[in-house]
This record gives sequence, C-alpha cells and structure tokens, in this order.
Amino acid sequence: MLEKILLLLSLSLSVAEGLCKPGVGEAYKVRFSIKTALGDQAYPWNKNEMFLFRAALAFAMRDFTNGEEFGVSDIHPCNETQRVSFWFVVTRPKTMDLVDKGTVEMAIKKSRNRINGAFLLTDKTLEFDGIYPTLAAPVSPDTPPWLIVFGVVMGAVSVGIIALLVYPLVQRKLKKNMDADDEDSDEETGVKTAENGANDGIYNSTFSDDERFTQM
Amino acid sequence: CRLLRMGKDAGPEERPKWDNKAQYLLTCIGFAVGIGNVWRFPYLCQIYGGGAFLIPYLIALVFEGLPLLFLELAVGQRLRKGSVGVWKTINPVIGGVGIACLIVSFLVGVFYNTILAWVLWYFFHSFQEPLPWSTCPLNESRIDYNLECKKSTPVNYFWYRETLNITPDIEISGSVEWGMVICLASAWCIVYICFIKGIDSVGKAVYVTSTFPYLVLTIFLIRALTLPGATDGLLYLFTPDWQTLTNPRVWLDAATQIFFSLSVAFGGLISFSSYNEEKNNCERDAVLVGVINSATSIYASIPIFSILGFKATTAFNACKDENILALTNYFEFSDQNITLQNYDYWYEYLNTTYPEKFQSLSLRECDLQKLLNVSGTGLAFIVFTEAVISMPGSQVWAVLFFVMLFSLGLSSMFGNIEGVLAPLNELKLLPRWMPKELISAVICLISFLVALLFTLSSGNYWVEVFNGYVGSVPLLIIALFEIIGVIYFRGMKTFSDDIYIMTGRRPNIFWKACWMVISPLLLLVVFVAYVIVQAQTRPTYQAWNPDYVKKLYPDWVFAIIILLCVVPVISIPLVALYQLLRGRFRKSSVGMELNPYDNDAFVTDTQEQKTQRA
Repeated sequence: MLEKILLLLSLSLSVAEGLCKPGVGEAYKVRFSIKTALGDQAYPWNKNEMFLFRAALAFAMRDFTNGEEFGVSDIHPCNETQRVSFWFVVTRPKTMDLVDKGTVEMAIKKSRNRINGAFLLTDKTLEFDGIYPTLAAPVSPDTPPWLIVFGVVMGAVSVGIIALLVYPLVQRKLKKNMDADDEDSDEETGVKTAENGANDGIYNSTFSDDERFTQM
Repeated sequence: CRLLRMGKDAGPEERPKWDNKAQYLLTCIGFAVGIGNVWRFPYLCQIYGGGAFLIPYLIALVFEGLPLLFLELAVGQRLRKGSVGVWKTINPVIGGVGIACLIVSFLVGVFYNTILAWVLWYFFHSFQEPLPWSTCPLNESRIDYNLECKKSTPVNYFWYRETLNITPDIEISGSVEWGMVICLASAWCIVYICFIKGIDSVGKAVYVTSTFPYLVLTIFLIRALTLPGATDGLLYLFTPDWQTLTNPRVWLDAATQIFFSLSVAFGGLISFSSYNEEKNNCERDAVLVGVINSATSIYASIPIFSILGFKATTAFNACKDENILALTNYFEFSDQNITLQNYDYWYEYLNTTYPEKFQSLSLRECDLQKLLNVSGTGLAFIVFTEAVISMPGSQVWAVLFFVMLFSLGLSSMFGNIEGVLAPLNELKLLPRWMPKELISAVICLISFLVALLFTLSSGNYWVEVFNGYVGSVPLLIIALFEIIGVIYFRGMKTFSDDIYIMTGRRPNIFWKACWMVISPLLLLVVFVAYVIVQAQTRPTYQAWNPDYVKKLYPDWVFAIIILLCVVPVISIPLVALYQLLRGRFRKSSVGMELNPYDNDAFVTDTQEQKTQRA
C-alpha cells in the first residue's frame, strides 16, 4: 500500500514538473523584488517563503472559484532563479488538469492586494508577468477647479474695472452739484473769489462785467 | 472764470506725470525685465560655454545696449512726446520711425499676451491636488493610460494636448480652444485694469509687478540650492568653455540677446521718459536700467539652472532605474545587484560580454547633458513643471512660479501698450471726445480679437512665427534709424546741448563715440549677420505628433513671415518719401493748430514754448 502511494506521489510530482514549463501553456511568471521594496529589512527568500506564496495563491483560487478546495499542492512552481523569479501553473484540486490562464489571472487580480500584503510588497515589486494592475481612477470633480480660480480672479478684475470707471463719474456728479451751489454765490462775489483763486490764471477784471450778458 | 476755463480746455492737455522717480524707474525696469530674462538668457549662457558667455554679453551691453537706452530716454525726456511726436519734431522726414514703432509694439503685444494667457492657464490649474500634469489620464476603456500620453510624457501631454490641443502641422488650423479664449480674455482684462488710467494706474501697478519677481526668484534660489542635483545644473551652467568665444555665432547671439532684452525700439521707453520732469538725470537712469536688466538675467539663471539640474538628475536616475530593472529581469540577476552606483560598470560589462542579447533589449540612452538642454516655452511649461512635481509642496512652487512669470510679462506688456497708445494719441487719428479709458478699452479689445488667432489649435506655431520674425528684424532696423535720426538729423551738437540742459553736463567721449560710430556699426553688423544666418536655411519649425518632428514652413506661411518683417518698417521710407514730395509743393510749416480761444498771452510759460524754440 505504502509503495503504491509513494509511486503515485512521485508519479504526480514528475507529471507536475512536466506540467510547469516556462513560457508555454498556462504558466505564469512571477518576480519578487524584495530588496528594492524593503531595503535593509528585506527577508531572505527560502522554501518557507515559497510555501507562503503557494498558500496565498491557493487562497486566491479558492476565493475566486467560491469554495473549490485548492490546496498548496495544486500550485506548481518551477525554474526558480536567483532574481527570485519563477514560473508556476495551477491544477484543479485532486486532479492534474491545468487551470486556464484566464481564470488564474482573474483570481490573482481579485486578491492582488492580499497577496501583496502577505509579502509586504506592492504591485510593482511583486510582478506577475502579463497581469497588469488595475489603475486607480483619477479623481475628477464635477466643476473643474481651474474654473473656480478663474471665476475668482475674473470676478475681482471685473469689479475693479467697474469701480475704477464708475468712481470718477460719481465724483464728478457730486462735484457738479456742489459747483452749481457755489456758482450762485460766485456771481455776486465774482471779483473777490477771483483774486483769491489767482492760481487759475491771470484774471483780467475788465471782463468780469461782460459775464452777465455773454453767458455761453 | 468761464472764458479762461474755456481757453484752458481748448488748449493742449496737460501731460501726465509720474508720481515719483521710483515709479518711473520701476516701470522702465519692468519693461526691460521680461520673461526672456528668465528663460532665454540661462539657455544661451548654458549652450555657449557658461561663464565665458558673460564676456560677449557684457561687452554688447556696454557698447550697444546702454548707448541705445540712454539715447531713447534722453530724446523722450527732452522733446516730451511719444515715439511719433519725437521723430516728427526732429525731422518730419523720419516721422515713419514712430509709426513703425507703433506697428511693432502692437504686433508684439498681441502675441506676448498670448504667452501670458498660457501662464494664466497653468496658474489656474496649479490649485489642484495632484497637479494635472503629473499623471496621464486614463483612456476610454479605463484599463490603460491614454495612448498619446504614453508615447510621450504626462507633462508634454498636458502642454501639447490639454493646453494647446496642438495640430500636427501649421497648415491644419483646428478649432478655437475655448479654455484658452477665456484665459486670453482674462489676460487682456488684467492688462486693461492696470492701464485704465494711463500711467496713473500703471505707476501703481508696477510697485507690485516689478518687485514681486525678485522676491520669488530669491525664494526659489534658497529652495533650489537645497535640492539634490542643483550643483550639477549650476556647474553645467557656469563652467566656462573659452573655446566658444572663437565662434562668431556667440557674439551675434550676445548682441541680439542684449538688444531684445532691453526692449529698445518699441517706443515705450520714449513715452515713459517723456512723462518725467525735464531736469532729470537720464544718463544715470539709463545705466541703472541696463545694469539691473543684465543683473536680473544672471541672478535668475541661478535658481532656474539649479532646478533644471535637479530635474535632469531625477530624470537621469529614473532612466537608469528603468534600465537596471530591464537588465536585472532579463539576465535574472539577484535583486539590487545592479545599483545606481555600479550601473556604469555593469552596463559596460554586459554590453561587451553579451552584445546581441544586450542590443535586443534596446535600452534607453540616459544622457544628463541632453536633459539640461532646453529653452523658451519648453523651459517654462515643460521642464519646470516637471521639476515642480518632484519638489515637496508642488502646488506652492507652481503657483509662485507662474505668478512670477505673469508679473514679469505684465510689466513688459505695459511698455508695449504704451508704445501703441501714445503714438495713436499723437497721430490724432482718434476723435477728441473719446476719454482715455475708452481708447485703452478699444485697443485691448482689438488686440484680443487679433490674438484669437493664437487660440486656434495651431496657435503655438503662429506664436513662434511672430516671436521669431516680428520681434527681431524690424526692431534692428528701427534702432538703426533711431540712432541715425538723432545723431545726423538732430545733430550731435544739439543733442549734447539737450543732455546738458537735462543733466547738467555734456555726454562724455564714450557716449559720443558709441553713438556716432560703435553702436550703429554694431547694429549694422548684427542685422546683416542675422539676415544672412536666417537666409541660409529654409526656416523650419518643430511640430508635435506626439514626437517632435522638424518641418518646413509652407510657402504661404513664408510669405506671411516676409510680410511681418516688411510691413512694420515700410512706413519709414513711405513717410520719408511723402514728406519730401510735400516739402516740394508746399512751404507751410508742420501743423500749427489754429485755436480761436488760444490767446498766447494768457498761457503761462509752458514746455510748449520751449519745444517750439527747440
């Protein structure tokens, strides 16, 4: 019995190794850039980390297929390099049927954050070759903010222009009203005020009488 | 008294005056110091061997810039008229110079304010988090970034597509960009509000617009010097390469840079100095304005190049990182085996050991020098905006930078508008009942409507056409005629007397030598060399689609270029011809206005009589 089990296991292992062929079929390549992400606090890559990876991926498959009992043994890595990159394939639980690429991709996409988190890495440092991270949608407010700033600036400028144009007109009107009151008193004391206001020019008093008749 | 009041109203209007000397100086400095000081001088300094470029630059300043400046300020202050009146007074034959100044000021004002509209657009967009030019927008399917943006960079994309919406060719006009139209309208409204009361309002506005840029430049200087890579930029800028002095192109560019930088031959400086009191030391003013203009250029190049150095270093490191990742992935090296430090060693080693594999990777060339080599609109809107993204607190720096650019440009616009309004008033083309507010409004409106051409999708190409041709050859011709007009038509002796009246001493031998021989010679050489250099190659422009592509101007654009060079200066020979013919048929003196109410006996001894004697 024991020999049969051992034979089956070794057979399955060798078949599995045959299943995982780099660049062919349903295999995916994954790359870890641990030192780039963590610098001094980088952990070394070893069999335990590989185990964690297989477990995380099995979780992703379970989560996506809603309960199909994937296990660590259903994830088959191969061609591990010093880079820390390797290929892997996924097989259905209890069989040797390969899960197709599309399903694997969607499973990984769904649980990408969880897989990243298990390794303290990000989308850039834990790279699945061929699976692109979904991009964050840019924030687009309803009113573009630049129109708001434009509105503020133009509002201030318009108010300024109107103020500068209207203010002297208002001033002139007020002055005219005051002048109209002054002139009534001017006509009687014409000579006196002219002498005081000599800065107006050289006043020739012989013309002061003519004003009464030659009003223009 | 009403009779006298009428007499006073019917006589000449009192000429506006500066409130104080500081306003006048700030206005002249503001006119001279413009956007070009910030984005053209550092570029020239850098491509022409850094510190060594200062030598031809300063020589050109002393022998060409300062004499021209002094001449314009003196002539305006003495004759107390705008650019048309001054030349008409000296001799009606050269009255055309004033009209040429008018046309050039108008054309330059139109495209220059478009640049200010672009600055305003960036200013409005700087109030967002994150800055809109830091990332590419997504495409329709939301899976990937916009394709055009990916081929280029987010900053380029924002400038060429979202700001200008540029077409791949100058012949394809595209449509009017409404976003740009409202920015252009804002720019003209701001110019109008500053000019609404003539120099009364301009004089107040320049307290801010002429001093604010220096404040911002200082802030940038302090910030820029603390950025990593700043020293690379500065070294690159100031390392003197004495070899370049043997290249005649360097001397030509130094002379043209000084000339255009000082904003002479626009007529604005003549107008501004005519609002001075007569007894004002214009010699000192001229030297002051000229020296401050050059000092500002040099001062501005320090923070600009520090920031450029920072940006180039960041881009250089990013390029290297990209290559490192590609190499590490391909050759399956351990992570972080290749670092920025040992990058060069690994690069060489891999290239020699596995040449074919290496080539197949097609890595990008990372060249620090190339990244530092930008000027003009490229420097302000592309390189600088990219640098600002990498600086912490980007919005603040972006806002400061664009407000500074706007102030610099606005104070130069004042000179342009003055160069249009003062001659218009003197030509008496406008009815007398129009108040100056209305005239300014009409001028701003007309300029805005003409500038709508630049808001088309191909507008950027047209701005470059105007910038390259209106703002160059006509100015050289006008300046040449200005010197000839003053020295030969008015006479060196009369002019020396003028200066003696104004400053209390006659011009010394240096000024005389410059005006009579050196400056006209220099101008003539620059003009001829400039024309030869331009004529040697068919003019080309850089289109974007989204890669930079060099294209030839089509024939009809070439014809427009010729028109732009010729139309402003055609008035000089036309007016000369007209006056010579008129002089033959009529002997009457030039325009004495007969005014029935104007009794000379009551007009106090005003400048009018003095100028009549002159």
